[in-house]
Amino acid sequence: MTELLGLAVSSIFVNNILLSSFLGMCSFLACSKKVETAIGLGCAVIFTMTITGPVNWLLYQYFLKKGALVWASEQFADVNLEFLTFITFIAVIAAMVQLVEMILDKHFPALYSALGIFLPLIAVNCAILGSSLFMVERKYDLAETTVFCAASGVGWALAIVAMASIRTKIRYSHVPDGLQGLGITMIITGLMAIGFMGFAGISL
Amino acid sequence: MLSKNDKKVLTDPLISNNPIAMQVLGICSALAVTTQVKPAFVMCVSVTLVVCVANFLISVLRNGIPSRIRIIVELCVVASLVILVDQVLKAYMFDLSKQLSVFVGLIITNCIVMGRLEAFALMNKPFPSVLDGLGNGLGYSLVLMLVACMREVLGAGKIAGIPVIPQALFDAGYVNNGLMVLAPGAFILLGLYIWAQNSLFPPKAGK
Repeated sequence: MTELLGLAVSSIFVNNILLSSFLGMCSFLACSKKVETAIGLGCAVIFTMTITGPVNWLLYQYFLKKGALVWASEQFADVNLEFLTFITFIAVIAAMVQLVEMILDKHFPALYSALGIFLPLIAVNCAILGSSLFMVERKYDLAETTVFCAASGVGWALAIVAMASIRTKIRYSHVPDGLQGLGITMIITGLMAIGFMGFAGISL
Repeated sequence: MLSKNDKKVLTDPLISNNPIAMQVLGICSALAVTTQVKPAFVMCVSVTLVVCVANFLISVLRNGIPSRIRIIVELCVVASLVILVDQVLKAYMFDLSKQLSVFVGLIITNCIVMGRLEAFALMNKPFPSVLDGLGNGLGYSLVLMLVACMREVLGAGKIAGIPVIPQALFDAGYVNNGLMVLAPGAFILLGLYIWAQNSLFPPKAGK
């Protein structure tokens, strides 16, 4: 239990998926102009990530891994479908996003119209594919995968909300011409990453 | 051989419409693989290849893809290409592919690829699409190599593994800046690069 808690804290703060692995930068830069949209997108990402992570884990363990098909028949013991990993994961993510979109549309129309255009964008958010690939590479088990994916989503949401808040403030400051927009955003992200490095001492 | 328009498609993305600095595409991998020059170079080649071929294929298929499911079709094309790249890297450059780890797979969601497919290949003939892919791939590589060089020199005192900072400087008390190898260094360097580019080549007004 403590280990899972430690994993959660480390994926939210110490190894924040955005600030230390650089995943999900594109939508982070594009959608961090207003705090409301940042919160909406953050929630959508947490949601999709928490679902896709464990689903991808099950697929990987029972279909793709070397010898994973033994449960179907003994003669499949040598089958290794690992090369299909990328295409399976991306298909699962795209399908999940579609599903989430449909469920929200039917049952939570208010939330659906608030998230609107961001939902389809999530399919190409590298943070989601990235977390699935990380869980394969780090050989997490099912519980760890769920915690890791949920916590990474929370970490990403935290970073984008923080960024959006800073950007609304920075509108009132005097920024040199060439640095306006993307330039200053990158530098602030850098400073934020330094701040998050301060969490590195935490261990549970 | 190339018409004026073709040339423009090829050279525009190098500086004035650079995918990273101007279109804000493909930042994720640009930062993650640039701690050293070598993996950055491999990444550049892979991305350029994938974006070229994907642009070509989608452009050939563009009239046959129903627009409702085009994202899925694009993802499938790109994912298949990335699987090829990944298998080749694993077979011939195993150490490097371990070092790049998940970032080869992440070319699939690299916004440059998707962005160019959506913005260019869906509306243009195959030949200009390949040129557009090549131009954007090269523009991406340009920024990547610059950032990687800076980070490796400042962070480790080397370029592609060859020491470039003289020993005398270290004896005089010079220390490598460890921060450059970590995430914050990458963010700040890229920010400064964008600043430099905006000041040297101001984007045209009204664009």
